[in-house]
Amino acid sequence: MTAIRESRRVIMLGAASAVAAATARLYAAEGADLLLVARNAGRMEILAADLALRGAASVKTAVCDFGAVAAEDVFPMFNQFVASLGGVDHVVLAYGVLGEQAEAERDPALADAVFQINFCSPALWCLAAAAVLERQNSGAMVVLGSVAGDRGRRSNYIYGATKSGLATLVQGIAHRLGPRGPRAVIVKPGPIDTPMTQGMTKGGPMWASAESVAAIVRRAAERGGVVVYAPARWRWIMLIIRALPSAIFHRTKL
Amino acid sequence: MRSWGRVAQPIHLAAGLYWRDEAPELLREGAKNPNGLLAIGLGRSYGDSGLNPDGAAILTTALDRLLAFDPATGVVRAEAGISLAALLEFLVPRGFFLPVTPGSQFVTLGGAVANDVHGKNHHGAGTFGCWVRAIGLRRSDGGAHTLRPGDGDGLFAATIGGLGLTGLIEWVEFLALPVRSAVMNAQTIPFATLAEFFLLSEQSDSAWPYTVSWIDCFAAGGAGRGLFSRADHAPSGRLAAVSPAPRISVPRAAPDFVLGSAVMRGFNRLYYAAGRRAARRAPGVRRVSYRPFFYPLDAIGHWNLLYGKRGFYQYQSVVPAAVAAPATAEMLKQIAIAGEGSFLAVLKTFGPRVSPGLLSFPREGTTLALDFPNRGATTLALLARLDDVVREAGGRLYPAKDARVPAKMFREGYPALETFATHVDPHFSSAFWRRIKA
Repeated sequence: MTAIRESRRVIMLGAASAVAAATARLYAAEGADLLLVARNAGRMEILAADLALRGAASVKTAVCDFGAVAAEDVFPMFNQFVASLGGVDHVVLAYGVLGEQAEAERDPALADAVFQINFCSPALWCLAAAAVLERQNSGAMVVLGSVAGDRGRRSNYIYGATKSGLATLVQGIAHRLGPRGPRAVIVKPGPIDTPMTQGMTKGGPMWASAESVAAIVRRAAERGGVVVYAPARWRWIMLIIRALPSAIFHRTKL
Repeated sequence: MRSWGRVAQPIHLAAGLYWRDEAPELLREGAKNPNGLLAIGLGRSYGDSGLNPDGAAILTTALDRLLAFDPATGVVRAEAGISLAALLEFLVPRGFFLPVTPGSQFVTLGGAVANDVHGKNHHGAGTFGCWVRAIGLRRSDGGAHTLRPGDGDGLFAATIGGLGLTGLIEWVEFLALPVRSAVMNAQTIPFATLAEFFLLSEQSDSAWPYTVSWIDCFAAGGAGRGLFSRADHAPSGRLAAVSPAPRISVPRAAPDFVLGSAVMRGFNRLYYAAGRRAARRAPGVRRVSYRPFFYPLDAIGHWNLLYGKRGFYQYQSVVPAAVAAPATAEMLKQIAIAGEGSFLAVLKTFGPRVSPGLLSFPREGTTLALDFPNRGATTLALLARLDDVVREAGGRLYPAKDARVPAKMFREGYPALETFATHVDPHFSSAFWRRIKA
């Protein structure tokens, strides 16, 4: 690890999510310039005050209801964010919903809401970020995916499909950006103890804290591969799960 | 869910609180529960004051943001779920320390207020509550109150040390202590009898802000040998926070022989001998990091599991100064007669500074903290004998550590209990409260 890292200009899309908030604290401790983008203005003010106290050089906020932004507005809005920060080094995209799998199977409107907020919307912001990174030929974007996107399973495949799509999109962007210069990374955590998983039975070796995933996100923005599992052991677990023949997999209740 | 003592494992309907704007809704939901609700932080209370069996629990540890800090004055305002460990990581590099700290940094700020915690500097600094300037309290009726010392309605005094029963503590503002280094100048002095302890305490308390003693309760006949340690913040040194992460962790409940009295007796003897040898070799003041000085047990994750599957009882009493020497000697004698004893018995003199809370535990006198593995009836019988000594002396017990004090004894020890009860939120409750108010 380099002893002194130049301070970063960072855009956090979905800044109020637990992983984004924990990642922002790591950036703040380094003295980064932060732009927080989220839906709830009051919550962002709380985060901004906390991050400024923890050492962020500057913290700006922008209110944005990602689900309500028209497609043609995404690029200009993103460019505006970059301009307000005076340029960008890292983009972290961390918003999404888990949805209720069983209800979404019956109610297309619910399924559609998950598709929109987890894939359609972030995909456009990814394209906007890719355009900026490509143009300036530097920087990194880190997108929060999920191990749920690695193999569809009955308990959460609607959510999983959106994360799978997002992973494919980010891989494609990484390919487009090429081997040098700007980078695109999809981070795939297992279950995390956050508001998104409220109501589940937590604890045990499968669960991670938002802070530990944030540390992986922060590192992934500096170096490493395109697909990063968080924590890393999920790479091997998912390798096995993907390799299971359907004849066996379909007998499980995962 | 369990408290740190692990004696009971009751069922809760738990919900996490991530943002203060969610609190009114969570409180409304929780209030519907016939057993009421209770905010739960890091769960380091030992007994049942931090448990609400068959009731609702609001988990507060995600409510951990800093709200304001003034580097000129050291006034800090933070959400109540932040841990003291996280506060230290913020404060120490900025030249400040907690004004008062308990023996673990893995407690929340809200919990420090709700138990009006004390530390090794009680003889000068008083309790944590003495340093609190404001509290944001949300009641189950949705009302948000900003409480300050000296408020006429008494809700501040009820909330300090109020065991979380007056409502949900959302944020706390307190005065941090300026320090010039993260290092402590510390000295350890062995003592052979209780009389020596009281003398050392008297001599040290004016010159040393931090004093505490470990005592070997297995020593012959409860003689009261031990190690007296005293310290101050060093005037120079680095201002770097020390990582709070435990170095090793106890993976699972220990088998029963670990807490057998032979093992504990041996441990106490070795600990005393090692401390005495170190003090002889280097009798002066040595420089130590704040972490091993204040939080030695935090270095062992889940140390409570050493007490095995059945858990353990903590027993912390305070007796008035006038009778402290005979009462402490009598307690040690009772423990020796019973053949029980603890890994870590702690003795400390509390100073005259009045605790601000109606149910605050500390008062001027001597406090003795003990832990006993839960061996069922024999352990409870010993604790009842200790109760007799404490009552006779006009002392009282610390609710944060208690799981079994008779209601009558608690009421005798806390004359403000009836006034306190008028401030309890009608929809807040805990196992401890149901046991005491009955």
